[in-house]
Formats: sequence, structure tokens, C-alpha cells
Amino acid sequence: MTPKISFRDVRKTFDIAGRTAFTALEGLNLDIDDGEFITVVGPSGCGKSTAMNIAAGLTAPSSGQVLVDDAVVAGPGPERGVIFQQYALFPWLTVRQNVEFGLKIAGHNRDERRRISDHFIALVGLTDFANSLPKTLSGGMKQRCAIARAYAVNPKILLMDEPFGALDALTRVQLQDQLLAMWSKERRTVMFITHDVDEAVYLASRVVVMAARPGRLYKIVNVDLPYPRTEDMRLSSEFSELRNEVWRAVYHPAAAA
Amino acid sequence: MAVMESENTSDKARGIPLPTGPLAMLGINIVAVVFGISMWALVTSYGVVGLPTPLAVARQAVIQAQSGLLWSDALASLGRVFTGFALGILVAIPVGFLMGWYKIARAIIEPYVQFFRTIPPLAIIPLAIVTMGIDETPKIFVIFLASFLSSVVATYQGVISVDRTMINAARVLGANDFTIFRRVIVPASLPYIMVGVRIGLGSSWSTVVAAELIAAQSGLGFRMQQAQLYYDLATIFVSLISIGILGLIMDRIVMAIDSVLTAWQEKL
Ligand SMILES: Nc1ncnc2c1ncn2[C@@H]1O[C@H](COP(=O)(O)OP(=O)(O)OP(=O)(O)O)[C@@H](O)[C@H]1O
Ligand SMILES: [Mg+2]
Repeated sequence: MTPKISFRDVRKTFDIAGRTAFTALEGLNLDIDDGEFITVVGPSGCGKSTAMNIAAGLTAPSSGQVLVDDAVVAGPGPERGVIFQQYALFPWLTVRQNVEFGLKIAGHNRDERRRISDHFIALVGLTDFANSLPKTLSGGMKQRCAIARAYAVNPKILLMDEPFGALDALTRVQLQDQLLAMWSKERRTVMFITHDVDEAVYLASRVVVMAARPGRLYKIVNVDLPYPRTEDMRLSSEFSELRNEVWRAVYHPAAAA
Repeated sequence: MAVMESENTSDKARGIPLPTGPLAMLGINIVAVVFGISMWALVTSYGVVGLPTPLAVARQAVIQAQSGLLWSDALASLGRVFTGFALGILVAIPVGFLMGWYKIARAIIEPYVQFFRTIPPLAIIPLAIVTMGIDETPKIFVIFLASFLSSVVATYQGVISVDRTMINAARVLGANDFTIFRRVIVPASLPYIMVGVRIGLGSSWSTVVAAELIAAQSGLGFRMQQAQLYYDLATIFVSLISIGILGLIMDRIVMAIDSVLTAWQEKL
């Protein structure tokens, strides 16, 4: 089986005036299988967002390439949904209009848009708020709306950059469960960036640990826990072993060669 | 208003409970105005400053209203403002978008905008009269300039302050440049544009009155200038008060439109 997403020697340098080019990402190689849920953790500045933006087509790599279904990514496309940390909802549109934004662009007619948005708004539990403006929603509700909006255009891939980073611990855990429930119903390939080691292990079938200076892949930890994930699993010794392994990899990486 | 609000908050800080509902605020507004007019009446009834009494001014206003002069003056001034202002906004918004969207356009237009912004519009009047004659054109042109300059900068600021992630969010949902412009840039910069419209209307209004003082055959400014020749203080007061009231009404209309158009904004 060919991988769904394939990072091939992806390098990214930023030119900073008056200084030598800064290497944000050094030769990243990573294959993500179809329908797989991977999480990416690593210290701040190790190039997680950079890698995701390159896959999203929002940033061009300095060299190397990202392949999606064997085609080189050259720009953004609706088959790759992106969910940002800052929600990025359109504040002048209601929840429903936000969810229908991409559907309108894709040329769906009114009834279709309505049917699809109803479906996903219900799936994220915002039916009662379909006609509310984002300013009236809590952070968790905004992020659920953003998830519904990304799902609505039926992307094969979801790229999520610390989507729950701004939320409190309880909301975070609830949204993790909702996201996994949604993912098992509507299977997508997910690349999920996080700072939170617990979150990384709980969600993923593989945790990609990156290291900084230069930003690079440091280690991949396989999470051999079956889905659906449960609270019991979160409290199991197996889980804590995995979490310790990821934690050590993130915070005490062996010195770079 | 601003003074009253700040007094209000300092009262709160001292813990004195005061009614602060909209109706109570309106009541306080009215009391303050009545108090001001009473003071005016008091001061003038002793002939302290040689100003007309409120009653004399009211009488003059009624005479002018009945003769129709007040209305034709107000209409003349308003007509100039709206023509110049509408033209200014109509040109400013596309130019502002152009400057915000295309770096080339910004580089070409910005030096002119920044330069002319430092010149008070009124200072253009002599030049405008010499080159455009003494009819309506120079006045409308100056008002056009006043509203254009304030709105163009606001629009341009609005476009360049649109959140990058919002644009990226639209892009990853499949939006092309045109869709991003129409469905993200335009609505997102609307609050900025409305600020520009409000400032533009204010400066148009003050410009028109001043322009009429210098060169006009009608309008509230012209009436004041005439009254000045005859030492007719009551008429000057009528004109001044009309200018104030009309300015206030226009500002409130723009604010009302703004609060409808940008109701989605998270306000502090
Ligand atoms: N536009 C840019 N210009 C210059 N340097 C940049 C730019 N974008 C990112 N960088 C640099 O590249 C490095 C990686 O940035 P990136 O945003 O990918 O980190 P990250 O792993 O997502 O960090 P965080 O966890 O804090 O979000 C950082 O050191 C950052 O300073
Ligand atoms: Mg980041």
C-alpha cells in the first residue's frame, strides 16, 4: 500500500536579513498510511507547524517534497482539511455559514449544503448553536465548529496544528474523545500536532517525536493500544510506559550527532 | 459623553451606586443640556457678554424656519457634503483595497496619500477656486478630498490587518484569490472602513462649513458669514446650532449603520 502522505527529504530554511539562513526543518522523511492517526510532538520551534504547513500547501519547502496520493503538493486543496490552533472561524458568519463556506466554493447547491452542514454540526454537538455567531461560543465550541467546517468538504486528510492547545484540560479530554469518535465514524488520515504528551499518546497509532535545532524527526513511538481508546486505557500501566517513552524522547533527546 | 462615562466609572470605583441604564443615561443627558441652556439664559439675561439670549436665538430660528431659509441653507450644505462624501468613499474604498492587496499599487499611491494627508483640506480651497472657478465644483472637490483621504487610509489599514490564518483557512477550504477577497477581505476590513467613513463624514462636514465661509452663495456657513457683516448674532447662533445638530445626527446614523454591519465583532 502506498502511503497517503509522504514527506520526502523535506527541508525548509528561512532567510533572516543579515544572518545565515535558519534551518527550520532538516531532511524530514515520514510516511503516513491511509486512515492512520499520527500525532507529532516536539519542543517549541522544532518545525512542527512548518512541516504541517508544507503538507497543507501553505508553505513551499526549500527542497524535497510532500506527496499526497503520489502527487506532489503544490498548494492548498480541499482534499486536505486544516484545523488551526486559533480556530480561524469567520466571525461574521454563523456556525452554519462557517461550516458551509467550503461547500459553497465546491459548488454544492443550497439543499445539499444544508444537509451536509446539518450532519456535521450535529456530529460535533452544535445543533442548538447553528445560527449563532462565533463570538457567542466558548473556545471548545469554536474548535468543534472548526472541526465540522473542515470535515464538511470531505477531505481525505486532516491536518491539525495544536487544535486543543488553547483549551482547559477537561474540555481538551472531551474533545479528544469526540475527535476519536468522529474519526472512527468518518475515517480520515490525520496528522495532529500537539505539545501535550498525554494527548499525543492517547490519540495516535504512532507518535512522531521531533527535535529542534535543526528541526528534525527524532523518534517514532508505536502506540499498540486498540481503538476505541477508553479512560481505562489512559490510566493503564501500558499507557504510562508509552507516555514516559515519549516524554523522555521530547525532553531529553540524546545529543544530536 | 466621554466625560460622563469616565465620571461614571470613577463613581463606580468609589462604590457609589448610580443608575447606569440607557434610559437613566438619557435622562442625565437631558438634564445636562437643560442645565447648559439655563446657564446660557442666566448669563445673557444680565447682559454679561453681549450674547443673544436663548429666546432670541429660538425666535430667529423660527423666523428662518418659516421663511424657509433655514431649510434651504441646511439642504445646500448637506447636498455638498453628501456629493463630496459619497464620491470620496466611492473612490477611497476600491483604492484602499487596491493598496492593501497589491504591493505595487501601495508603492505607487501611498506617497501621494501620505503627502496630501498632511495638508488640511481647507488649504486646498484657494487653489481649487483658482483652477475650478467659484461654483460648486471647488467646494465639492475639497470635501471629496477630505473624505477620500481619511477613508482610503482606513480601508487600506483594514485590508493589511486581516488575520493571515483567516486567509489561510479560506484557502485550505478551496477559495481562490477572488473568493478570498470578496468573502474574507471585504467583510474582515469592514470595521476599519466604517471607522474611516465616520471620520470622513466628520471632516467633510467641518470642511463644508468652512468652505462656505470662504466662498459660497448658500449654505449654513454662508449664512453665518452674511450675519457677521450685519452683526446679527442670533443668526450666527442659529447656524452654529444647526451645524452641530446636523453633524451629530449624521454621526449617529453612521454609528447605527456600523453597529448593524459589524454586529459580529467581539467588542470589549
Ligand atoms: N516565517 C518565518 N520566518 C522566519 N523563521 C520562521 C518562520 N516561520 C517559522 N520560523 C522558524 O522556524 C522554526 C520552526 O517554526 P515552527 O512554527 O514550525 O515551530 P513549531 O514546532 O510549530 O513550534 P511551536 O510548538 O512553538 O508551535 C522556529 O524556530 C521559527 O522561529
Ligand atoms: Mg507551531
